Amino acid sequence: MAKTAKASPIRVLIAKPGLDGHDRGAKVVARALRDAGMEVIYAGLRQTPEDIVGSAIEEDVDLIGLSILSGAHMALFPRVLKLLKAHKASDIPVFAGGIIPDEDARRLKKLGIRAVFGPGTTLEEIVTTARGIARRRS
Amino acid sequence: MSRARPLPAAAAAVRRGDRRALARLITRVEARDPTVAPVLSALYPFTGKAMVVGITGPLGVGKSSLINGLLAQLRRSGKRVGVIAVDPSSPFSGGSVLGDRIRIDRATEDDGIFFRSMASRGHSGGLALATREVARLLDAFGMDVVLLETVGSGQVDVEVREVATTSVVVLVPHLGDDVQTMKAGLFEIADVFCVNKADLPGADSAKRDLSELVGLASSDGWRPTVLSSVAAEGLGIPELWSAVEAHEQYLDTSGTRLKAARERAADELLALVRDRVGRELSDAFEHDAKLAALLDEVVGRSLDPRSASERLYRELRRTG
Repeated sequence: MAKTAKASPIRVLIAKPGLDGHDRGAKVVARALRDAGMEVIYAGLRQTPEDIVGSAIEEDVDLIGLSILSGAHMALFPRVLKLLKAHKASDIPVFAGGIIPDEDARRLKKLGIRAVFGPGTTLEEIVTTARGIARRRS
Repeated sequence: MSRARPLPAAAAAVRRGDRRALARLITRVEARDPTVAPVLSALYPFTGKAMVVGITGPLGVGKSSLINGLLAQLRRSGKRVGVIAVDPSSPFSGGSVLGDRIRIDRATEDDGIFFRSMASRGHSGGLALATREVARLLDAFGMDVVLLETVGSGQVDVEVREVATTSVVVLVPHLGDDVQTMKAGLFEIADVFCVNKADLPGADSAKRDLSELVGLASSDGWRPTVLSSVAAEGLGIPELWSAVEAHEQYLDTSGTRLKAARERAADELLALVRDRVGRELSDAFEHDAKLAALLDEVVGRSLDPRSASERLYRELRRTG
């Protein structure tokens, strides 16, 4: 018989802010995180920062993953961080993936995005990082 | 209610409308965290007002789209709505992808909706318990309606469905013949049948077949309503909600609401005790030497399982 697992699975919100419709990457990451035993709340395309933060709070996630290919990351990601702060939810870490120039990635990390994954990142690396930065409950 | 005792902080926060506090409590309930009991107990007097409506049906029939339509309609009439969307966990990794939010178009920052995705986490029974308590938390939070979405097949879903006062079973044309529907146990649980995607060929005959069948299937004197919808275009949503309200009204006028509530209470108490005893026992099998010896006897064929369980039961009664 399987033992009753005491620890709850990590819950992670995967969302695509902005207007591009390229969700293949987000879906592949969602599946990899699921296969790693996480509960992935997949919010889908065209999410506003307000939608994302609202969903993160309702779903009580341990982690937020944002995927973007439109180039609007410097406008949208800081807004997500700001809204998290406004809702006293800055304890929820945020990571990002997509087409993000190195210089922007550095600035985003300085602002509080915990990890930025570009093209060519392995799924294994994403899963390991996600597990490492996810908020842990007592 | 004349209770002077102050509410536990988490309970007070829920009553104040603190969304994050509510979300965190749901997480604790889902994890079957025993320390949540005093909070649930303090909130219980504030529950019993919300209408809990189950939306059940096989994968891909459009349950989320129907919920999206119902949300729009209910919000227009000023109702506050909680949604619990249950999806299966992978039996292999224990993980899941919960994608029901995708179908929901809601106004940004609409406080009148609280949407929570839940994974089944593989435990039968436990999920029904958690769902019931989460529905009650949403009720205490001030929601007028709680919509509970489940994939309608198997024992877990039937248990979860028992949480609702009205159950809508969603089907689509050409899902299979009526025997399939009966096999899935969907007849016993439906108060309302909704044939969604009614713009597909075969919708009329599906509706007709169902109407004939429900004539035979009335339980408690309620003959299930059969209607059709095209949820993606918002067609049939007002009719669906009217059918739900008609059933709720029937529960009151026929006097069956109280009887059903007693049955649900009995189910819940039984499940809670079973859950607790089950957990204690499965822990004990691992740690208690006496129980380990009992297992050895059964495995060694010197004691049969029924006699062993009898001994265990007597032990529990004595020490309990």
